[in-house]
Amino acid sequence: MKRTVITVVGKDKVGIIAKVCTYLANNSINILDISQTIIQDFFNMMMIVDTSMAPKKFDEIAEELDQIGSEIGVVIKTQHEDIFNKMHRI
Amino acid sequence: MINIQEVIETNKMIEQENLDVRTITLGISLLDCAGPDLSEVNQRIYNKITHVAKNLAAAGDKIQREFGIPIVNKRISVTPISLIGSACCKSIEDYVTIATTLDKAAHEVGVNFIGGYSALVTKAMTASDELLIRSIPKALQVTERVCSSVNVGSTKTGIDMNAVKLIGEIILETAEHTKEHDSIGCAKLVVFCNAPDDNPFMAGSFHGITEGDAVINVGVSGPGVVKRALETVRGEDFETLCETIKRTAFKITRVGQLVAMEASKILDIPFGIVDLSLAPTPAVGDSVAEILEEIGLEYAGAPGTTAALALLNDQVKKGGVMASSFVGGLSGAFIPVSEDQGMINAVEAGALTIEKLEAMTCVCSVGLDMIAIPGDTKASTISGIIADEMAIGMINQKTTAVRIIPVIGKSVGDRVEFGGLLGHAPVMKVNGFSCDNFINRGGRIPAPIHSFKN
Repeated sequence: MKRTVITVVGKDKVGIIAKVCTYLANNSINILDISQTIIQDFFNMMMIVDTSMAPKKFDEIAEELDQIGSEIGVVIKTQHEDIFNKMHRI
Repeated sequence: MINIQEVIETNKMIEQENLDVRTITLGISLLDCAGPDLSEVNQRIYNKITHVAKNLAAAGDKIQREFGIPIVNKRISVTPISLIGSACCKSIEDYVTIATTLDKAAHEVGVNFIGGYSALVTKAMTASDELLIRSIPKALQVTERVCSSVNVGSTKTGIDMNAVKLIGEIILETAEHTKEHDSIGCAKLVVFCNAPDDNPFMAGSFHGITEGDAVINVGVSGPGVVKRALETVRGEDFETLCETIKRTAFKITRVGQLVAMEASKILDIPFGIVDLSLAPTPAVGDSVAEILEEIGLEYAGAPGTTAALALLNDQVKKGGVMASSFVGGLSGAFIPVSEDQGMINAVEAGALTIEKLEAMTCVCSVGLDMIAIPGDTKASTISGIIADEMAIGMINQKTTAVRIIPVIGKSVGDRVEFGGLLGHAPVMKVNGFSCDNFINRGGRIPAPIHSFKN
């Protein structure tokens, strides 16, 4: 299973999660974990997703999510889970 | 599973604290390119580099996209050229053709520096070593991306003072050849004692003869991350300070290890080492000097600087070694002047002198680095500075280096602009008393007694 971390950072507003989740569902990307927090008035959301069933390539998904982010005024980053696992787990 | 705080911490390091992978350096052996015919050797070198490194830039970009960590530089190091050219180069011009070939290959594969226009002298120069050294000024004048280094001593063999004397003259000549650009040629020329075979950082990187055919070495960089971490323990004791540095170094190095393994997999080239060095850039918040300030000094160079740097260097190693399966290169804290805004500030405030920098090099990697000095400095004085630094390396069984830039037409207090990662620097004062009779003796300094461990 190829796990990917999607982070959304920006000013909180209605429909951020809905927009991202709709995209993920349309592209057969399964959400494994989702959490959110507000830091200094900024909305921070993290999703761990499984992209192994997605027909699109990683680069394409990352680019399209980035695009959705710009449309709704937030920053969406898509990263392989490994960078976080390596840094925070022995 | 990973949690949101950890994700936020990692991304904060990348976005706000300048955590990046400074370089993925592909080491390529050119030993199989040597031969008696110069044009054939040049062709073989070009073919081998462009073949082995053809996917390097793309691999770096791919890793950057997938992990969201900036890969700042993709670079190449090659076998010291004095070995490759020894059978076919009969003149300075012959050697310069190889430098041109390296430059062309670097452009072709899209790397910003290629290191290894080098000679490993250590005990004495061969005719080929000497010819290559004499070709350095011209080679660095006509190329853009070629980096050069000369190893003039080691703990095992002592110091070749003939090479030290010659290199002082060569540095001045290189400065003269590139004087239209603030003598920038000297920023691409490093003089070493105990040079490592697997250093991924320029300008001193070369692919040592102990290495395999090709290897991936990675250097990470995160002075800003260490600085931010230390802000959270202001006023606490040394134990807390050291623990914080160690933990942070561990996290930074893990990223380097991940990137190195990934690059190795994509390129199908073995992973060599991760270099733990804290490498600053001229960007604000990416400075080793700012870490020293955070530890408790008004400026780098204040009393206490050597001790602060010693503990920083040691804790970085302790944290980093745990995080990587192979550690090598220079691994420590770099203290270049022009590439570190905090160092520049310290020099301009009058807090930091060449003599204090020399003391600092006793406890960290690497040496007197990116220091601009007056263009009218004598060659013998430059050789004297080099000899001092080489002696520190030889006696302390560590790598030391000198990358010093006599800026033609400039004097103490003037500013020099190198641009990009090389930064800018104030011209520093050099001790003007003569060492001519010392440098002119000739011959070599014997290896120290503690090198005989058999």
